[in-house]
Amino acid sequence: MTATELTYIRAVNEALRWSLETFADTIVLGEDIGLPNGPFGATKGLYSQFGGRVIDTPISESAMIGTALGAAVSGLRPVVEIMYADFLMVAMDQIVNQVANIRYVSGGTLVPRLTIRTQQGATPGSCAQHSQSLEAFFAHVPGLRVGLAADAASAYAMLRAAIASDDPVMLFESRRLYPVKGLVELDAPVESVGGARVAADGDDMTVVSWGSAVPDVLAARKELAADGVSAAVIDLRWLSPLDLRPVLESVEHTGRLAVVHEANRTAGFGAEVVARVTETAGCKLAAPPVRIAAADGRVPASPVLSEALLPGPARIRSELAALAAGPARNSRTLSA
Amino acid sequence: MTESEQGGSVNLAALYRQMCMIRRFEEQLMALVQSRELAGSVHLCIGQEAIPVGACAALEPGDAVIGTYRGHGWAIARRVPLAELFAEVLGRASALNSGRGGSPYLMAPRYGYLGENSIVGAGLPMAAGAALARKLQGAGTAAVVSIGDGAMNQGAVHESLNLAAVLGLPLLVIVENNGYAEMTPAAALTAVPAHQRAPAYRMRGEVVDGNDPIAVAEAVRAVRAEVISEQRPALIEAMTHRLVGHYSGDAQAYRPPGELAAARRADPVARLAARIGEAAAGIDEAAQADILAALAAARAVPFPDPAHVTSGIYAEEP
Repeated sequence: MTATELTYIRAVNEALRWSLETFADTIVLGEDIGLPNGPFGATKGLYSQFGGRVIDTPISESAMIGTALGAAVSGLRPVVEIMYADFLMVAMDQIVNQVANIRYVSGGTLVPRLTIRTQQGATPGSCAQHSQSLEAFFAHVPGLRVGLAADAASAYAMLRAAIASDDPVMLFESRRLYPVKGLVELDAPVESVGGARVAADGDDMTVVSWGSAVPDVLAARKELAADGVSAAVIDLRWLSPLDLRPVLESVEHTGRLAVVHEANRTAGFGAEVVARVTETAGCKLAAPPVRIAAADGRVPASPVLSEALLPGPARIRSELAALAAGPARNSRTLSA
Repeated sequence: MTESEQGGSVNLAALYRQMCMIRRFEEQLMALVQSRELAGSVHLCIGQEAIPVGACAALEPGDAVIGTYRGHGWAIARRVPLAELFAEVLGRASALNSGRGGSPYLMAPRYGYLGENSIVGAGLPMAAGAALARKLQGAGTAAVVSIGDGAMNQGAVHESLNLAAVLGLPLLVIVENNGYAEMTPAAALTAVPAHQRAPAYRMRGEVVDGNDPIAVAEAVRAVRAEVISEQRPALIEAMTHRLVGHYSGDAQAYRPPGELAAARRADPVARLAARIGEAAAGIDEAAQADILAALAAARAVPFPDPAHVTSGIYAEEP
């Protein structure tokens, strides 16, 4: 099997092309995805290749998701592009009250076989309505599958898994990572939805991350290694279904846990990871677990401000270094 | 009396000066994006200047105006100081939003501009609320919201139009139809034009040449008066062209050949200049000088203090 070097966005494009070629029932819906080739190029060339199965919709997110749902339960396999994750908020009813319920209530006779792709996160100058990281909203909803790819290989594999799945899957891509290249095995077997990835082995701490934060964590890991700290990095990839096995195995070995995400801290998915690890392996922890996330705030447009809000490489590194230097195994008392 | 009514006749020079100010401001922003002094992308209203200029010439200070992410022109037409606008867009600690809003989401309520919005169609529900307050307060003013043709397909827009009609709200909706919903032709996405949808909500629906500030001003003046006196919403669809990309990095490969060239022949700034004659050049030069002076002033504004990045989210903070 040969690997091809692709950008993240091109990997998305190839997964969509694969789906349109593989499943005659695939349709792709979105704003500006036809002739304009998609606002970020995810659908480049698909309209000319597949014509009427690549559908430009009005700017109507609620109708887009609801239409995808209706088409899905009627035998099609829709993939919807929502331009920014912030725009998912416009379609909340369709996603939470409609998509997430229909299989359960219909006893599996209605199959919401649809994929919602979007991209999220802050980039310099992006405004408060184009920068939020919203995965925790949807990971809270039973009935939805939620994934975040951190590189081109995962972007390709996870989108193929999503489209092949009979469950409704939401994929939060990273606009910031779209131009980053990686090796992709285009002919790899189709994965099923779920599965974390050990991005790097390590002995001193376990760092769990996903999506846009993963490259920053890997960069921090390199710098920490120069200081003699060995950090394992688990790229969670899927928040639902959640694959904690590699996390627990690593924590067992390292005794220290950090979770890093771009979304803000309070009720972020990092809280869920920390809670689950603590419930299962709390007595193995040598130090209190650490959450590294955006501060709880709205995302300001000015890069000077957004840099202060977001968990950038420097903050990730210093907080991980503090975790490494933290209290020895079981030395912290409740009153500390 | 509004500025354009001096001596009972429309003051063409004043309108032209405003339009030049917007055009030169937007051109300067494009240059600032290209030189990377401005981070991210911007949505410019080049080609659509006559709509905010004409409309605001017919509005009063007490009217509430809500725009879209393509809303710098409305800010300038509402007389938001240029230096403050530049500073905000450049991410500096501007007197407007301290860099928190930026180009697509700035707010200037002191100037009667509640602000821009980066969610398509989302300004309309809030505008209905601003109209409701004016009705209940007996203010004798209106709420005016600018949306694009693409926004006419958002559910919240239709919910708000109906709500405004049944509650009898002094709401004026101005649909800037530039032919494209972001990057897709509006005609391919919209079953019925905006002005024809208005009567379905028992609203007056007008079409106006959005490249003629005088026509816009006259329509807005008449419709605004009716909206206030009869306490019921109305809609004006202003036909125009966007002469630049949807956003600053948009190569516009989706446009058919010749379309932009034809649109440029209807450039509202050039059209008004031709009407004004030889005085136009001097007005434009003065506007450009104002723009450069404002940019220099904005560059002297410091960047915001990151220590306050999470302050001001709540009224009461511990």
